Parts: sequence; C-alpha cells; structure tokens
Amino acid sequence: MSVASQAAATVESATASGVSRHQVTAFAVMVLVLLAAPFFVYPLFLMKALCFALFACAFNLLIGYVGLLSFGHAVFLGSAGYTSAYAAKTWGWSPELAIVSGTAVAAALGVVVGALAIRSKGIYFANITLALAQMIYFFCLQAKFTGGEDGIQAVPRGVLLGLLDLRHVLTMYFVVLAIFLAGFLLLYRTIHSPFGQVLKAVREHESRAVSLGYSAERYKLVAFVLSATLSGLAGGTKAIVFQLASLTDVHWTMSGEVVLMTLLGGLGTVFGPVVGAFIVIALENYLAQLGAWVTVVQGVIFVICVLTFRRGVIGELSRLLRTPL
Amino acid sequence: MSTVFGIPTQALFGQLLIGLINGSFYAMLSLGLSVIFGLLNIINFAHGAQYMMGAFAAYFLLQWVGLGYWWALVVAPLVVGLIGVVLERTMLKRLYALDHLYGLLLTFGLALVIQGLFRNQFGSSGLPYQIPPALTGGRNLGFMVLPNYRAWVVVFSLATCLMTWYVIERTKLGSYLRAATENPALVQAFGVNVPRMITLTYGFGVGLAALAGVLAAPIYQVNPLMGADLIIVVFAVVVIGGMGSIAGSIVTGFALGIVEGLTKVFYPEASNTVIFVIMALVLLVRPTGLFGREKS
Amino acid sequence: MMKRVAIVLATALGFGPVAALAQVSDGVIKIGVLNDQSSLYADLAGQGSVVAARMAVEDFGADKKGMKVEIISADHQNKPDVGSAIARQWYDVDKVDVIVDVPNSGVALAVNQITRDKGKALLVSGAATADLTGKACSPNTIHWAYDTWALANGTGNAIVKTGGDTWFFITADYAFGHALERDVEAVVIKNGGKVLGKVRHPLNTSDFSSFLLQAQASKAKIVGLANAGGDTTNSIKQAAEFGIVKGGQSLAGLLVFITDVHALGLPTAQGLIFTETFYWDLNDKTRAFGKRFAERDKGIHPTMIHAGVYSAVTHYLKAVEALKSDDGTKVIAKMKEMPTDDPLFGKGMIRVDGRKIHPAYLVEVKKPAESKAPWDYYKIRATIPADQAFRPLDQGECPLVKK
Repeated sequence: MSVASQAAATVESATASGVSRHQVTAFAVMVLVLLAAPFFVYPLFLMKALCFALFACAFNLLIGYVGLLSFGHAVFLGSAGYTSAYAAKTWGWSPELAIVSGTAVAAALGVVVGALAIRSKGIYFANITLALAQMIYFFCLQAKFTGGEDGIQAVPRGVLLGLLDLRHVLTMYFVVLAIFLAGFLLLYRTIHSPFGQVLKAVREHESRAVSLGYSAERYKLVAFVLSATLSGLAGGTKAIVFQLASLTDVHWTMSGEVVLMTLLGGLGTVFGPVVGAFIVIALENYLAQLGAWVTVVQGVIFVICVLTFRRGVIGELSRLLRTPL
Repeated sequence: MSTVFGIPTQALFGQLLIGLINGSFYAMLSLGLSVIFGLLNIINFAHGAQYMMGAFAAYFLLQWVGLGYWWALVVAPLVVGLIGVVLERTMLKRLYALDHLYGLLLTFGLALVIQGLFRNQFGSSGLPYQIPPALTGGRNLGFMVLPNYRAWVVVFSLATCLMTWYVIERTKLGSYLRAATENPALVQAFGVNVPRMITLTYGFGVGLAALAGVLAAPIYQVNPLMGADLIIVVFAVVVIGGMGSIAGSIVTGFALGIVEGLTKVFYPEASNTVIFVIMALVLLVRPTGLFGREKS
Repeated sequence: MMKRVAIVLATALGFGPVAALAQVSDGVIKIGVLNDQSSLYADLAGQGSVVAARMAVEDFGADKKGMKVEIISADHQNKPDVGSAIARQWYDVDKVDVIVDVPNSGVALAVNQITRDKGKALLVSGAATADLTGKACSPNTIHWAYDTWALANGTGNAIVKTGGDTWFFITADYAFGHALERDVEAVVIKNGGKVLGKVRHPLNTSDFSSFLLQAQASKAKIVGLANAGGDTTNSIKQAAEFGIVKGGQSLAGLLVFITDVHALGLPTAQGLIFTETFYWDLNDKTRAFGKRFAERDKGIHPTMIHAGVYSAVTHYLKAVEALKSDDGTKVIAKMKEMPTDDPLFGKGMIRVDGRKIHPAYLVEVKKPAESKAPWDYYKIRATIPADQAFRPLDQGECPLVKK
C-alpha cells in the first residue's frame, strides 16, 4: 500500500463531500485556543510552533495530496529565512516586505527544484530532493551573506505596515497567528477546489488522468511550488520572530523534522500537521534539558509511527469519529 | 617545480591521492547501499549510523576487550551485521508489502535513535583510535608523504569491492540473489529460501558499512555523527552510479572521490557541492544513473 | 545538557540584612552557565565552568552575606540558534540575571545582542572574538580571560620575531576563526612578514589531510592554526602523519588550552608556543585553586576559561553586593567602576569598552623529560604586562568609547 493511497484513505471523504461540519467546528476550536494561548503559555514557544505548523501544512500538501515525499523541504524554510533576515537587517526593509521577499525566493527555488525533480517518483523523487537540498545547504554555508556558521544575527523586528511595532511580544504573536491562519486557509481552499480534485485524480491513477487531457506534470509542479512558497512564508516569518537565520534551517535534519511532524499528526489530514508540529516543538522544548535525548525520542516516534501508527494522531482520531479531519 | 595547468604537481597529486582515499569510503558504502536496495528495495538511511557503529565497535573492542585493529576488521562487521539482521527480522520485514518510502522513513528513524544514543553517551567530538602499529609511518613519494595507513585503506577497500562484485556477479550464490531480485516468487518456487536470503543480504550490506567504519576509525576519529553527513553524499553516489548496480557503485565511488579531490585543487569552494551538481546533471540526462537499469 | 543544578544557599538565620535583597529581582541572583558540553569545546569549558562558578559563589560566602544565589547550566551545541533560544528562555521565563562563559564566538555575539536588548548581564570567558569589545561592544557585556587580539599580539609577535615570517592559515570557518586570522595577519604584516595562503575548514572537522597538504604546498615557514579545541588537536595529530614538521615547517597553535596539551600528550605537543592569561602553576594562590578545582573536576586542571568564569562571577557578586541590585546594565557599570582583585588574575581593572585587563603569558610546552608531575606542562617564556596585552582602547571602534 503506497504512502499516497494511505493518505488517500483519509482524504477521500473530505474532498468528496466538500467542507464537513466537523472540520468547521475543529477550525473554530483551533482559532479560539490559539487566540487565548499567549496569555497562558510562553508566546515565543507558540510562535515557533505556529511557524512550524504552517511549514508542516505546506509539506502535507505535497505528500498527502500529491503523494510525493520531498526530503529536502528545509531549503525552502531556510532560504526564505536568510532572505528575510538579510532584507530586514542589511537593506532595512520593513517586516512585511522582508517576509514577502523571503517567500518569493522560496517560490523561485521551488520552481527550480520542482522542475528537476518532478519527473521522478517515489524513492527517486525523495533522493533527488535530498541531494538538491544538500547542494543548497552547502551554498548557504559558503555564501558570504548568510554568515555561515554564525548565521544572520540581530535581525530587527521592525514595524509592520508602519503601524504595528513588532517588538511587543503580543503584537508579534497575533501577526504570526494571522499569517498562519491565512496560509492554512489558502491550503484548505486549494485542496477543496477543482485543482485539488485533479491532484487527487493524478495521485490515484496518473495515466488515466493524463489520458483525460490533464498534464499531470504541470499539476504536480504547481502543487510543489505552492508547497515551497508557503514553506517560505513560514521561514521568512520565523526569521523575523527569532531575529536570527541560521544553518539549522537549511540542514537535512530539518527536512526530517517536518516529515516527522506530518507523519505524527497524520498524512493527508487537514489538522494533522498542526497537531504534529505542536507536539514535536513541545517535545523539543521540554526535553531540551536532556540534550541528545530529543533526537532519540524523535527517532523512536518515527519508528513507531511507521510500524504501527501510520495514520497519525489526527488520522486515528478521524477514524474513531468517522469524520474527516 | 613542475606544474599542470598552473597547479604545482605536488598539490595536484596530493589532492588526487586524498580524493582516492575518500573515494574508497564512498565506494564501500555505496556498494552496501546498492546491494541492499537491489534486493530489498529499501533505501537504508541507517547505513551511516551502521558505519559509525562499526567504528565504535572497533573502539570498544580495543578499550573493553583489548582486541586490536586486525581483530576488529573481522569482529566488528559480524557484530554490527548481526544487529542489522535483527533489525531486518523485527522491523523491516513488516514493510515489504508497503510503499518503499516507509522503509526509508523507518531507517531514518532508526538512524536518529542510534546516533542520538551514541551522542548522549559520548558527546559529538571524536574519540581517538590509534593507527595500528604495523601501518604507521609514511612513504616519501617526493611530492608528498603518503601515510602508510591511508595507502592500506585504498588497497583494502578496492579488494573488498572487487570481491563483493565477484561474488554477486560471478558465483552461484550471487546469481540466486540476482534472480530473487527480479522475481522473488518464482525463485522461491524453485526451493530457494528467499526471506532468509533477504535477511542475510541486509546483514551483509550492513556488515560492509561497519567494515568501512573500522577502516575509518584511525583517520576520521570515532564520532557519533561521523556517518550523518557522509550518508547524503553516498546517496548521491548511488544515484549517479545507478541504484542497484554493483559495478556502477564501485566505479562511481572511486571516480567521484577523485573528482572531489580535483575540485579541491582547482576550485575549492565547490568541492562540497560538485557531487550533487553531477547528480543533478546525470538525472537530467540519464534518470536511471550511469550504469543503472529501470526498476519497477 | 541542561542540568538544573539549583544551589539554593539559605539565608543565615535573619542575620543577613534583609534589605540587601530588597532590590535583587525575585530575591534570587540567578547565574546561567551557557557553553558547549558535548562537542569539541566541552573540555576547555563545559562542566568545568560550572564547577568554577560554584566555587566562586562558595568562596564569596554568599550565604553568610544573606544573598541567595542559584546556578543553572545548558549546552548550546555550538549553534547560534540554540544558544539564542536558551538565552531568551532564561531571561524571559527562568528569570536568569547573568549569563557566563559562552565559548564559540558566533553564539557569544548572538547572546550579546539579546542581553543588550533585555538589559541583563553577560560575562564572556569562553569566546575569543575581540569584536565583543570592539564593533559589538555593549554596556551589558564584559569580556574576561582573553581575546583574539591578545593572542595575536602575544603568539603572533613572538613567532614572527624569531624568524617565522611566511605564514599559511588553517582557519575554522566562523566568527572566531575569522577574527583570529584577521588579528594575527595584521601582526604578521606589521612585522614585515607575508601571508602565503589561507584555507577555511568547517567547525568540528575530523579530517584535515586536504588542508594540511595545501599548507605543505605553500612552503610557508609557519602553518598557523586559527582554530581551537578538538579542531586544533586533530590538526596537530594529522600534521605529524603527513610529516609537516619533519619537512621543515613549524606549527603555530594560535589558541591552545592546557586540556588540549593533555589530550595530545607531551611527546606530540612539546615545543608549541602560545599565549594564555592563566596557568595553574604560576604562584601559590593559583596552585591552591588548581588543586581544589582538580579535586572537584575529575583531576582536570583549570584552563584560562575556567579561571575567567571564577574571576568574573566573584567580581559580579561583589558588584551586586555593593549595588544591592542585580539589574544587568547597572551591575556591569559598577563592575567597571570597581577595580578587580582575585587569587587567579591578581589585581586588574575593566575598561569602558568592557575589556577586562590583566597580564598575559607566552608559554612553551615542556619536553616530556622536563615535566615532573601530571599537568606540569608549561614553561613561562615571557610575561606581557597588562597595559600591553590587550588592544589599545582607541583602536577597537567601540561606540562606548568617547573620542
């Protein structure tokens, strides 16, 4: 049973019947919780989780709905981060322009990587994305403007649209929340649109879709670029929040992390990546005191998920409640 | 001082030799990966971690049991290979019916666990392992001093690669293996125990990785993360050579090591990325790799 | 690894003046020791720095004075993002008042900025970059122990003056390596020497063969190692394999600690010449400290980084006691006002740019026959007086220095 069809099983009812009532409820609950959260939980932790949640949702588009496992997605997160950081710090751009420039760079990279990789499938696709990502990593390591091992530090938060001073933690938080929700809704709309239906058809039976006149490669490429762009949005935002862009964000271990988040949350579910991201970031935070145990725990979760928990948290929940989530 | 293309011969041959040494490791590791992928259709992401375990096994054998390098060359691959066999029987087996990507994800998770456990225990800057006394010292070749141990690495890995190639391509056992890759059901029908062959093949591939680890211990320091970044390069080598092609992996491994060495001389900034650039080019022109054949 | 070692020294039975705690935030002075505890810099700082900090607090007698002091520590893994995240969390959530040590110049620069933004205090002992008292100087940071300029001035000068006038650098490719290479190159050129080539290597490299070959090919008299910790020991060990020294070139370890010499062993390390600002066998006071430290740290004798942590924490506590407050910016200002005095560095002072001033020593590693006991490793070749050891105040481009 392929990864794609595994995801398909959970995706099936969602796209067939359109927006489900339960999904709307779940969305409302999510928004309410996130609105109240910064008053109870350390906002910087929440913002990190939100950025990664957006990253995971973008990644999920590719693996859950197109069936392609990209093992180099970190480059979109990281390159956007570097671009935003550089724009904000060296060129003095305001945060919205900095983030947009980062997103644009990620989109451009997405076109290049996607064009090279899309012809292959399955393991070959994963391998190619991994190697291309490593190439970009080394470029980032050596390019002067990225600061190499030191990264780009002291990135100014700035004033958003001339109105909102992002140095205030709560202001920054609600801006990040708004960005996350915008990205989330965009992805949701994409999945439930005619475009999303064609993607589903391509994933289910590519040759049949092609025989119906759909250019499968073009659809896959568009999905890839969309996924890369939103990953870039997450990366650019993260650079402004943490005022730092570093090599960690382009390293292949970061690519592995987003796979973990999506797998744990539930491939091909709507809310899975969000839940997965929050769990993984929370684990990292609270286990940070135990040093390298974080990596071990992540590895164990991977192994368990692959062997026995393939549907992920939301996937299992979805099956229990018999409703797509 | 003579020069070639404006580079002094001393520098050129020195880097070429180092490239050859690096290539030895690329060849041995990609050989193991290729063998595993060829038969099991699994990309063994844990290969780097198993290479590291081989180096640590050599270290432990010396520290705890007092067995030196020459023992380690034999014992370490056996021990780590055995661990590989256990892994295959308990976990990998369950994934054969599923998409190959799950195999990749599982071995990725295993790599994280193994590397994390070792890093917890031993930190992440290397532990020292002495070059065996018989191989210390160097030979002055005029343009550089060639340490004896590094020469040994090249010779030994070349021998191992050739022997493995011979076994797989020219012996009866090898032919069973290749047949089982093409059509497991049919081969099983002929009475060959395919599942056991698969298990042993995985163990063998892992053993090869561990052997490379023992070779690496005296030069590269025994370090929990020694396989982590190396594995990505080895993946690229395997893709360029052709996934599943034994000869392809060996030739490509050595060749790419040399290419990397040359790049260090003429254009050092690109030495990290040259292998990936070549991979991208090969994929555009020949998606199955230089020596590979299309796999279903 | 972040070990929450909380040392809560109870207030003496109402004897200590309660007013002393009046303006100390939350009534507790919380010290965070942030360094590399698992990678190539773990030996020269690591757990040893935590030990040094604890010793400083105990020797200061905080409990008798009615001051509650807590020490926590964490591993920044040599990554600026990890270090920044820990620093932020410590300042925002865990109410840490001062961060000490921070080896790895890249991380130190990041934490320097965050400390400044939040008005806390940073006492750097581990990191080397002289930029911390130069372009990146801050009213919230003091740079203890040593820096790249002092190393260049000591080691670089000494080597060039004895005939090492052509250099080839093998440099760790991040803030520290770049700063050290830049400062040593300036000294070499000022003394009429030439730099024949440079090569950069990633942090925590295990195989230096390619870089060493390039150094050999350059035929420079001196191969300067602008790296530290595990990178330096690997470079030196592998240089022996490739016959660098036998071929007539000399190795210059630009930043070497006593723990590196211990790891290399005297047969390999003998003859190395470098600069340090502390050696446990200098005088009776340092010897006493060295012995006490070794007892608490598995026999390892203190490096200048450990000594720096001890000295910095001691002076910090004195300033807090005098000021009766642990507000970061104010305490740092107070520390600059008060002259320093401790058993390890003797009498000294802190300049307006945040640079701690004390003498430096040019040391040479003894031959195995010359060493009478474990850790008896150095011969003192020269003492550089305090007023000459560090970069002159007006050359640093520090905005805090009024022209």
